Amino acid sequence: MQDHSLSLAKPTEGLLSQKIGASLIAAALLCAIIAAFGQGETQSVLFFGLIIVFSVAGGIIFSIPYFKAIPGIKNNGIMHSPATNRGGIAWGIAILMTGFYIILYWFPNYLEGLIRTMDPLSSMLRNKPSDQWFLYGTLYTLAVIIMGIRFIGKYRSNRYQVFRTLSVMFFQLGFAFLIPAFLLKLNQPEFYFSYFWPLKYSYLFPNDIDYLIQSGNIGVFMVFWGLVMTFIATPILTYNYGKRWYCSWVCGCGALAETLGDPYRQNSDKSLKAWKVERWMVHSVLVFVVLTTALLWLNSWKNGTILGDASGLFSQCYGFLIGSVFSGVIGTGFYPIMGSRVWCRFGCPMAAILGLFQRFKSKFRITTNGAQCISCGNCSTYCEMGIDVRAYAQKGENIIRASCVGCGICSAVCPRGVLNLENLAEEGRFESYTRQGNK
Amino acid sequence: MNIIIIGNGITGITCARNIRKINSDATITVISEESKHFYSRTALMYMYMGHMKYENTKPYEDWFWSKNRINLIQATVNHLDTVNKSLKLDDSRILNYDKLVLATGSIPNNFGFPGEDLNGVQALYNLQDLEKMEKNTSNISAAVIVGGGLIGIEMAEMLHSRNISVTMLIRENAYWANALPQEEAQLIGNHLHKHGITLKFNTELKEIRTIDQVNVHSIVTKQEETIDCQFLGITTGVKPNIKFLKNSSIEIEKGILVNEFLETNIPDIFAAGDCAQFRYVKTGEAPIEQLWYTGKMQGETLANTICGNKTTYDRGIWFNSAKFFDLEFQTYGKILPEITPEQESFYWEHENGKISFRANYNKSDRSIIGFNFIGIRFRQVIAEQWIREQKEIEYVIDNLKQGWFDPEFSDAYDKKIAKSFSSNPIN
Ligand SMILES: Cc1cc2nc3c(=O)[nH]c(=O)nc-3n(C[C@H](O)[C@H](O)[C@H](O)COP(=O)(O)OP(=O)(O)OC[C@H]3O[C@@H](n4cnc5c(N)ncnc54)[C@H](O)[C@@H]3O)c2cc1C
Ligand code: SF4
Ligand code: SF4
Repeated sequence: MQDHSLSLAKPTEGLLSQKIGASLIAAALLCAIIAAFGQGETQSVLFFGLIIVFSVAGGIIFSIPYFKAIPGIKNNGIMHSPATNRGGIAWGIAILMTGFYIILYWFPNYLEGLIRTMDPLSSMLRNKPSDQWFLYGTLYTLAVIIMGIRFIGKYRSNRYQVFRTLSVMFFQLGFAFLIPAFLLKLNQPEFYFSYFWPLKYSYLFPNDIDYLIQSGNIGVFMVFWGLVMTFIATPILTYNYGKRWYCSWVCGCGALAETLGDPYRQNSDKSLKAWKVERWMVHSVLVFVVLTTALLWLNSWKNGTILGDASGLFSQCYGFLIGSVFSGVIGTGFYPIMGSRVWCRFGCPMAAILGLFQRFKSKFRITTNGAQCISCGNCSTYCEMGIDVRAYAQKGENIIRASCVGCGICSAVCPRGVLNLENLAEEGRFESYTRQGNK
Repeated sequence: MNIIIIGNGITGITCARNIRKINSDATITVISEESKHFYSRTALMYMYMGHMKYENTKPYEDWFWSKNRINLIQATVNHLDTVNKSLKLDDSRILNYDKLVLATGSIPNNFGFPGEDLNGVQALYNLQDLEKMEKNTSNISAAVIVGGGLIGIEMAEMLHSRNISVTMLIRENAYWANALPQEEAQLIGNHLHKHGITLKFNTELKEIRTIDQVNVHSIVTKQEETIDCQFLGITTGVKPNIKFLKNSSIEIEKGILVNEFLETNIPDIFAAGDCAQFRYVKTGEAPIEQLWYTGKMQGETLANTICGNKTTYDRGIWFNSAKFFDLEFQTYGKILPEITPEQESFYWEHENGKISFRANYNKSDRSIIGFNFIGIRFRQVIAEQWIREQKEIEYVIDNLKQGWFDPEFSDAYDKKIAKSFSSNPIN
């Protein structure tokens, strides 16, 4: 005998909704492929409409169950699903995404049809026809918003998660998509106020600065903004809040990683070996970009007499290897296999600088609550940066790591309330908890 | 010095690691039957629910053990010879020791219900149980759980995640009533109910039924109610795992008897963690501690003693935590299900029925005894400090904010609690 009236909260109740949502997104993908094969050129408005409507509707329908469920973070089935546990589906998605990046960067003519579908939007926003980068920007922003809604549904029991996700959605849509487009419309330089050197490396390259200064008052302001953000605001904000103010609240790369990449965060490598590789790589990239920038300035100061084309080659190299291959193809294409923050962890020079501040001069830390840790491993598993959070928590030590982007997921998923992201006095942040006797 | 530790749970492993920290020469061997490497028993439920894989539950990478020269043997110890200081393993190997640590943990209680060994009837303690549960619960629709404790509720959440309907039989009149005061028990019961778990209070198992003599088919309660189920989880507590010591000269009662140094009656043999039972207990303290935290603290204490720095085990101010579906629970100090006549209790509950706060204090000097938090994370250091310094309840209520540990931007309830406290006539 069973009382079925009490079985209100069936965990699979949302399955149908998720299936419909996923089908709609697949339909949007199909439309995009058909458009790319040429249909987009002749019927741009129709395909634009189909892609946007299918994907937005699909994303929202997919997310409904998260909002209907009793609030609380559920990672049920993540390690069983071939989509999230490096199974066939995950590899399929990885190949698809990597392929898209390769075509986007080096064979955009294959995307011509798809690019044309964006023309109506592009001319509305920017007064000029779409190009591959506008297409990319639109899809990127769309992904952040749709998957952002899903994220907010999933983590809605935790206000820190909701707020920071709204924040990255806002910065992506406003600062990284609409404002640069409007600037173009107003015949001003296309400028991203939410990206700074060294992530947006060219913003401190002599060519860019010359160009901006020559384009008038707004351009001068842009140069000023870039300098202030890189050299004044960044250290101050990072001292007070840790690198999260940027990586988890503002940055567009972070935005995509946290939204589109969220289903894959558990696939980051937690081994000590990966940590070693990470430190070498990310700091090498930092050295590379600093060197490139310095060379370019030296060269421009000497009017190109010292290095001639060599410094240009250097910066092209950087642009190709780091700007395209690393941040795009590997950084995003490999989400399903290597976790959502591959680029942020192994490649981003901005993350490297912010990390050095965070590690050595900051009030930020993740506090461990006494001896409450049960070593379950949820925190480490869901840390997208591959930090073995548990290794610290189970010793009663605070977590102060250069790579921590302050996403707060470790704290959100901990079943014992052990972890808390805090900005407290700098003194004593490395102190660990020691238990005292009763007497 | 040749040290052998039986059991690679939190107790044995903490002991091994701490011995290595103090003494770099000792030979350390850990023998355990369940798994080669240390994993977190507390994460069993997360493996089943697909939050983690087995790999994720190992707190140390596999290279850690050889780097720290801790030898691992996966085998069962069948016999202990205290005269020759040797052990016999199931593969007939004989190992000698200078010092021996027994950290063999627990096994589930069973009461010998008829039908207990039918397919689909099981407890949950180790990896083998988890594997069994995986098999027993594939393609089933209904389960019954006997026992309303912490493992019972974890099992309920596990089954629920696979869309299996769950009925819990609870002997008491509320969930976990032998540890929780009425209000908290009620609150948690309501939450379970919202998740669709059926709770049957004041109900005990009478009979397990089968049709085919192989699989469980239904159960009957003492009230003669029949409940169909294809899975029956028995979660009625655990007891020390000491069967291989039954005929040895080691003194045992329920567990292996130890003094405050965790020494058994035989020199050079120690016991700690779930399997140990204290000979002398202060009033209000349990003779057997079956917790992750206590196992860890005992393992650490014992490492000192073994390395020549004889140390008394002191559990410090009591604390514990748990999670009931979405509700986090933390407790500091000793909160009894019912207060004694010398005590007073202040309880506050949020109108959403998911958050609560309790502070118990002494009537005479108004000094704080302990706290229960549901849906609120609170700093252990602060709670401990207040309890140790016997702060007055008024001070505690006024300063609650100091201990708040909820994620940024969460609501803080300290003001609401203070308001409710000041408007409460008994306080
Ligand atoms: C599902 C579940 C959830 C739990 N959740 C919590 C929680 O949230 N918080 C909390 O505080 N506690 C929790 N506990 C209790 C906690 O896990 C135990 O108290 C703790 O694991 C005991 O550690 P131990 O090292 O003493 O023993 P164990 O972890 O039991 O380790 C003993 C090991 O010794 C081995 N062994 C035994 N006899 C022999 C032999 N003769 N030869 C070889 N090897 C042998 C066993 O195979 C076992 O692996 C939970 C327990 C379970 C089962
Ligand atoms: S999730 Fe919490 S309890 Fe689990 S290992 Fe991490 S800090 Fe410890
Ligand atoms: S340590 Fe925690 S806050 Fe930092 S990146 Fe990892 S999961 Fe995010």
